[in-house]
Amino acid sequence: MAGYIIETKENKWEVICGLEIHCQIISKSKMFSGASTVFGADANEHVSFVDAGMPGMLPVLNEKCVHQAVKTGLGLNAKINKYSQFSRKNYFYADLPQGYQITQFQYPIVGEGKVLINLEDGTTKEIGIERMHIEQDAGKSIHDIDPKKTFIDLNRAGVGLMEIVTKPDFRSPEEAGAFLRKLRSIVRYLETCDGNMDEGSMRCDVNVSVRKVGEEGYRTRCEMKNVNSVKFVMAAIENEAKRHVEVYENGGKIEQETRQFDPLTGQTKVMRKKEFAHDYRYFPEPDLPPLVLTDEYIEDIRKEMVELPDAKKARFIKDMGLTPYDADILCENKEVAAFFEKAAQGSDGKKVANWIMGDFFAMLKARHLELEQSPIKPENIGKLVNLINSNVISGNIGKEVFQIMAETGEEPEKIVEERGLKQVTDTGAIEAIVDQVIADNPDNVAAYKAGKTALAGWFVGQVMKASKGKANPGIVNKMIAEKLK
Amino acid sequence: MAIDTETVKRVAFLSRLRVDEDKIVETEEEFNKILNWVEQLNEVDTDNVEPLVSVNQTNLEWRQDVVNDGEKAEEVLKNAPMSEFGYFVVPKVVE
Amino acid sequence: MTDLTKLTIAEALKGLKGKEFSSVELTNAYVEQMQSHRNLNAYVLETPEKALEQAKISDEKYKNGTNGALEGIPLGVKDLFCTKGIRTTACSHILDGFVPEYESTVTQKLLDAGASFLGKLNMDEFAMGGSNETSYYGPVVNPWSKDKSLVAGGSSGGSAAAVAANICAAATGTDTGGSIRQPSAFCGVTGIKPTYGRCSRYGIMAFASSLDQAGPIAKDVRDCAILLKAMSGYDNKDSTSAKVDVPDFEKFLGQDVKGMKIGIPAEYRPEGLNAEIAAVWDKGIEMLKARGAEIVNISLPHTKYALATYYIIAPAEASSNLARYDGLRYGLRVPGEHLDNMYINSRSEGFGREVKRRIMIGTYVLSAGYYDAYYLKAQKVRRLIRDDFMKAFEKCDVILTPTAPTPAFPIGDKSMQENPINMYLNDVFTVSISLAGLPAMSLPAGLSAEGLPLGLQVIGKAFDEGAVFKTASALEEDIKFVRK
Repeated sequence: MAGYIIETKENKWEVICGLEIHCQIISKSKMFSGASTVFGADANEHVSFVDAGMPGMLPVLNEKCVHQAVKTGLGLNAKINKYSQFSRKNYFYADLPQGYQITQFQYPIVGEGKVLINLEDGTTKEIGIERMHIEQDAGKSIHDIDPKKTFIDLNRAGVGLMEIVTKPDFRSPEEAGAFLRKLRSIVRYLETCDGNMDEGSMRCDVNVSVRKVGEEGYRTRCEMKNVNSVKFVMAAIENEAKRHVEVYENGGKIEQETRQFDPLTGQTKVMRKKEFAHDYRYFPEPDLPPLVLTDEYIEDIRKEMVELPDAKKARFIKDMGLTPYDADILCENKEVAAFFEKAAQGSDGKKVANWIMGDFFAMLKARHLELEQSPIKPENIGKLVNLINSNVISGNIGKEVFQIMAETGEEPEKIVEERGLKQVTDTGAIEAIVDQVIADNPDNVAAYKAGKTALAGWFVGQVMKASKGKANPGIVNKMIAEKLK
Repeated sequence: MAIDTETVKRVAFLSRLRVDEDKIVETEEEFNKILNWVEQLNEVDTDNVEPLVSVNQTNLEWRQDVVNDGEKAEEVLKNAPMSEFGYFVVPKVVE
Repeated sequence: MTDLTKLTIAEALKGLKGKEFSSVELTNAYVEQMQSHRNLNAYVLETPEKALEQAKISDEKYKNGTNGALEGIPLGVKDLFCTKGIRTTACSHILDGFVPEYESTVTQKLLDAGASFLGKLNMDEFAMGGSNETSYYGPVVNPWSKDKSLVAGGSSGGSAAAVAANICAAATGTDTGGSIRQPSAFCGVTGIKPTYGRCSRYGIMAFASSLDQAGPIAKDVRDCAILLKAMSGYDNKDSTSAKVDVPDFEKFLGQDVKGMKIGIPAEYRPEGLNAEIAAVWDKGIEMLKARGAEIVNISLPHTKYALATYYIIAPAEASSNLARYDGLRYGLRVPGEHLDNMYINSRSEGFGREVKRRIMIGTYVLSAGYYDAYYLKAQKVRRLIRDDFMKAFEKCDVILTPTAPTPAFPIGDKSMQENPINMYLNDVFTVSISLAGLPAMSLPAGLSAEGLPLGLQVIGKAFDEGAVFKTASALEEDIKFVRK
């Protein structure tokens, strides 16, 4: 991929970016208590005495959270650490009931890994994963009920999170965006996180710095906290990088600081300087012995791994003849990929892919439907393609049949049969129509013969019209050319 | 490592405790006394010694993913100095 | 009728089973004693009505034969244990009016065995102290005090004093660096800190999580055995509680100590050791020797670093454990304009001086730039201290030492008020055992010239409380200490 370079009069700058992504773990109960993780309950309904930080309460680890973390780690092609340890991160905040967050610091459960991202030009790039650890979420402070008071809801306090830290491998906003889409795709495939950034179940912190092209080492970076959509992450990188370049070119210095991205303006503003930052005083959590996993435990999880987007993409390209671009689109979402596979079974993969990405997606969008609400069964798309491929119907009639399928949910064969849409391939019948059209339009025949051969298309159109579209266009073309010779 | 006034203030704030101005010097002295005393550990050679994190080496027992707690907002809020509409209430948080 | 409150639990259970007296009678006797000994300041909350209610149920159970192991026995509970529906404050102002909606596992086990609770016992605030003087409710007076009021020791000062004064049959305590053993020694009673992980910490307000252990304080070794059995066991609500079987500790009592190897650590006899304490220790050694035990000289070379190690690790954990007391969800709230002001106001007013001191020291040793020098270093020395014991236990079965370097001292002792380190030195014989997570019992071993109790400490291997009970019961038989 051609480099993303910020060019000024004097210099060429490149962007260095790393991401930290918090993914809410899919589990029924919280990471250290038996309270529910279900979203949208009344305030403090899903809170145990442990979650509320009551005196004498102790955390007990939820196996599911470990399981999900290991699974995600495997999905990131990462090293699973058989020895990991929980630590306390100490700070005071209204929605942090214990006064500390239980997290992992020195010994995370997942070590280095790598993820392939798919870029728009069809190339891929490897992004390094630095580590992934598990930790508990905080509660929620609500500031807008009363001007002088803050209201605290602890329903989310204690819900399990996975924090994925990438290496500073991103060189453009596009790469970061592609990574987030890929990560979302992976966790959704694995069902370890629902990946919804707008609902906050995936949250992203963005670290950005710039350096002159060819320069070694890194310059001071700034962190933007909680950027909550792929689009905003890309905008934040772009604007923050520009800001850095501007500061440097004006002879200024970038301070290491935490900044906030404003989705309305697209700009970032300073939240707090690092020197006033918290001193988190991490230390090993004395309420939880170290977490030691067996090979067997990890292998059992490996056995339940599903085929992930990269593998699926490769298979679609190899076995079904898809282009990398088409395969990417179809593999990003597990359900779409499954729909495609079902549709393509016993049919023409490439053409099925075109139908799904074209008319089918357009139909869902126009009707505001989710995939699972589709009125068309996947196998019927395959059948439709087969009808066209075997010349039973023409492509145009196919579009008509598709619309009827979308309305009625019926099988394409039935629609074609009942409505008499079968393509006419009987040359005798077509010849009769062709002859009739020639006989009815002597002027155009004359013009054609005088050299206006472009009229061939007009004749074909007339024949198709007369046959109500059922005549095989190939045969018609050939016959017109013969007859007007 | 002697503690100075600035450190006393910083540690007090991190602990969310107030040390009155007229008590700072006294606190500083007391801290230094205690820290000097614990610094006798520097005499001990701990090269190649692993820190002891978990004294009785129990395995971490985990629970299964079952919802069997919560649904007790009333009890959770019962001791709260201030609560409204099922929320804990505090003075406005300023960033 | 003899004074029922002087009976041990074993004797009282016999009387209750033999219908010599009822639980209501026994409980009433204790309630009377409790109310006539308020000068000791042992209880911070009396719950006689609850105890009597339970006593009535217990009497029914004796009638229909469904009585539990501690049926009808009135106990006192250290105020660090959360008791459902009963105010629990850790003797701190910051927990003013806190009434837990849950019961600690240990107290629940005692209730399940049929015991009743006479009330909540005084203690050093959040168990931080060795004299019970840091309690928001004032110091406990040692029942052995003569003309001057003496401390009961700490932090379980209320528990030890209440047992000594017969104002409960026995009490729960907790021990982080000596908080069961030292007050037991000061008050002439018997207390055991079991192996770390033996008793669940669920529902016990945490001071230093890697050190805190619950245990009983009782009138004699047998009562400790009965109580510890009831209090122990794996708890799936505490991830540090150990999945090991709980033996019937009583069966070790009276077993022959002949051939047992008794370790005597040289480091526990520093120059200038109190002569009376040295004498009591020597007497104990002779008694065991006379019974055929083998005396083995051992070395615990890192002993002298135990206090410094402890006074880094315990405050560090405490600084984090006590962060939850912020005036937000329970306890004292002192208003402030903004959240941080409210935190600072509530915590500054709610915590006492010693607690604040330890929170700040703990915060400091964990803070950026100092963690390695203090906390990490202390954790490493902690390993060396534990390894010392592991090596020593290759040569002996139990270790015998004094419990405390002095007998009880006067309330308000100047040298200790002026220099916290002098107070910390009280733990010199107990902290290393806590750091190593081992079981240790203190039993009364004699009186000083002034007539104050002195204690001996029997230390066992991890989860080998049996050997501790065996040794202690032999010593108890020979010492013939006369209780109050």
